[in-house]
Amino acid sequence: MEKISLTVNGQLRELEVTPETPLLYVLRNDLGLTGTKYGCGLEQCGACAVIKNGEKIYSCNTPVDACRDSEVTTIEGIGTLEKPHPIQAAFIEERAAQCGYCIPGMIIASKVLLDKHQHPDDKTIRQELSDHLCRCGTHPRILRAVKRADQEVNS
Amino acid sequence: MSISSSLERNPDLDSWLQIHKDGTLTLFTGKVEIGQGIKTALALIAAEELDVAFERITVKTADTALGLNEIFTAGSGSMEESGSAIRQVTAEIRELLLQMAAKRLNLPVERLSVTDGLIGAAETNSTITYWELFGGQKFNRKFNGEAKPKKADQYQQIGRPVSLIGIESLVGGTADYIQDMKFPDLAYGRIIRPPQYHAELSRVDTAEVSALPGVLKIVQDGRFLAVIAEREEQAIRAASALKESAEWNFVKELDCTDISELLVQNKRTSLLVVNGIPIDDPIPTIAIPSAAVRTSTASYQRPYQMHGSIGPSTALALFSEAENNPVVLTVWTHSQGVFPLRVSLAHALDMNPEQIRVVHKQGAGCYGHNGADDVALDAALLARAIPGRPVLLTWMREDEHCWEPYGPAMLIKLQASVDAQGQILSWNHDVFSDSHIRRPRPVEGHSGLLASWHRATPLPPPEKKPNRAPHGGIHRNSDPLYKFPQKRIVKHLVEDLPLRTSALRTLGAFANIFAIESFMDELAAEAEIDALEFRIRHLEDKRAIAVLEAAAEKAGWGTPLKIEGMGRGIAFSQYKNLKCYAAVVMTVAVDEYGNIQLKHAVIAADAGQIVDADGLINQLEGGLIQAASWTLKEEVRYQAEGILSQDWESYPILTFEEVPEIETVLINRPDEPYLGSGEATSGPTAAAISNAVFNAIGVRLRRLPFTMEEVQKTVSEL
Repeated sequence: MEKISLTVNGQLRELEVTPETPLLYVLRNDLGLTGTKYGCGLEQCGACAVIKNGEKIYSCNTPVDACRDSEVTTIEGIGTLEKPHPIQAAFIEERAAQCGYCIPGMIIASKVLLDKHQHPDDKTIRQELSDHLCRCGTHPRILRAVKRADQEVNS
Repeated sequence: MSISSSLERNPDLDSWLQIHKDGTLTLFTGKVEIGQGIKTALALIAAEELDVAFERITVKTADTALGLNEIFTAGSGSMEESGSAIRQVTAEIRELLLQMAAKRLNLPVERLSVTDGLIGAAETNSTITYWELFGGQKFNRKFNGEAKPKKADQYQQIGRPVSLIGIESLVGGTADYIQDMKFPDLAYGRIIRPPQYHAELSRVDTAEVSALPGVLKIVQDGRFLAVIAEREEQAIRAASALKESAEWNFVKELDCTDISELLVQNKRTSLLVVNGIPIDDPIPTIAIPSAAVRTSTASYQRPYQMHGSIGPSTALALFSEAENNPVVLTVWTHSQGVFPLRVSLAHALDMNPEQIRVVHKQGAGCYGHNGADDVALDAALLARAIPGRPVLLTWMREDEHCWEPYGPAMLIKLQASVDAQGQILSWNHDVFSDSHIRRPRPVEGHSGLLASWHRATPLPPPEKKPNRAPHGGIHRNSDPLYKFPQKRIVKHLVEDLPLRTSALRTLGAFANIFAIESFMDELAAEAEIDALEFRIRHLEDKRAIAVLEAAAEKAGWGTPLKIEGMGRGIAFSQYKNLKCYAAVVMTVAVDEYGNIQLKHAVIAADAGQIVDADGLINQLEGGLIQAASWTLKEEVRYQAEGILSQDWESYPILTFEEVPEIETVLINRPDEPYLGSGEATSGPTAAAISNAVFNAIGVRLRRLPFTMEEVQKTVSEL
């Protein structure tokens, strides 16, 4: 166990943890941020995506050691129940969820995408989300939600 | 309106609804939320009948402690069973409350009206709310069916768009899935499964792993091997160390003979299916009618396919140490049937069902019988090893991919004879498959739960028997809705097939409809009749014709597609011949290498009376996308030593770049009963794709999945 500090959703966190522990378990079990999901542990499904220093990373395969002194944003840091982020509001508006398990990862991916691109076209959105799997088949609504959010965020 | 079967089993009014003093209501259902939006639809029905705001209602799903037993959430039955029950119960409760209010306000019942729970009469100042009148009280009476639910033209809430219950927490990451459950003192478990179904554990070094940081206990019972640790990553590390040290003895290989050969060669039980029901009458030989001018045959195949939930199966279990507590074991599960699971757990653990409480907690979408029930027993076995401490057990991705019960492989042989006008005179359907319904049900000396098969004193799976229910498993939708003068439909339950199977969304219907609707297209083409027209000529059901015409119209059926390599296909079914009607028109493009790209899809559906239109569209479109994934990409691969499809790279599913644009047309039938819709589009989707490919490149694809290799192989066989 080692002392590791990182900033999560704007808060400095100091942890005593084995450095190779995947960030996913630190977020979920030490910090209680369970919006980030385990899906495969292999960077193949996108359910565990979070933002580290502005870039999307897969927390299932990122040791917490690699996040020392980094800024990490999880789904809980994107918006709140009372004040959802425009991307979250767009997902609500489009009812872009069935079981919802993949949705935090989708929103993280959308956030990184819309931070980098103004008005991405359909092809770009699909490409950027293609590493994120949804088994319920909510894809058309997710695409609509991202486009709706883009109008809100980037206009 | 007949009484819902759920209501017949659970007639106590109090088991369905509680009114609280604070102006909120709790609605109970014995069904579970699996991402299909059932909580939203049920709350809307209750809100409408009671005349209270939808937002006042909280829905509680299945929990054995609450007593409301609706068995399984399966077969697109929740709206018809729970939805109808709630409609009838809440109509009756409204009537009872009005009678009470009439006495209290000293006014005749006929003068009373309700607005958001406030009962009053025009031109008087006397009012009382449901919660003032009855908050915190119990009816203590059974449903008598005297009150009439509202007619559709009286609806004020149904038909208006509503938000999905809980969507704010789904998009906010605060939704409480079973994987997210927190308890003080929570311990984490992981399982080490054998490398293959028939491998026995010959050696494992537990001493070294026991000494790893955080390890609380290693549980070994026969070839059931698991570890419990203080922290999740410690459990994972210990599990992989155990896996490395374990030595296995392969007792038997998986039979890798081409599955299409096994399906017709192996021993089987065959039954004639009449009107969707297997019967014991002798199976007639195939006869060609004298008026026939042409007889065609074709065979269609589906491989083993998986549920592939994005969140692996999880359960939380706690063995109580408290004395005098009647509930010894509590299990939280995302199983689709908490009452049947309780009985199966009791049987496997040699306990009394009353000692076990099973509580539903939402997991990731499951689409049938996945690992949810199995992991519940796994977790219970671990919890029993450390009484007093709750154990959360999540399967790893590989556990889920390799051990879930798959949708069975199927082979369907069709033969039809037509007259000079192309009209079908006789139709023969032989469907070969393994059992589609292996949900856990205890049978003396047997268990349906995976860990039972692996323990030192194993309880093997129950013997397989052909399902005789109408549109049960293999034969679901094998009997087409079309009117043919002669039909001969035979189901064949085949023995000794290599992989574990059970219910996957639509069961046998997916492949049966794929076959029927592809073959209809082939027969139409041979008769040189338009595929839509050909179907209509063989249909009498007006609602069936209506969805076909609506889909065709929306898709511009009959207008030419000008681009080379593009094609359009149509297909239709009524799920189980009695649920939602759905037609699909798919437009595809096929490139020179045989890559199929889905361009555009149209769905037209009739689900009877629509309660939550947006939820209905989500189910229909979601079903189409999942079926498109099965159709184009999915096949469980295996070799003698075990399953090869261990992750999303070796078992790819449809991605954002492959999902078509979808337009959906709903036909509302306000005066008709609800028709379950969650499985309506799956079968038509596969056939619409295969028919569109034929339209595009003139090639008939009859073996799923339609990968580039399969397209090339089919072309080379021409």
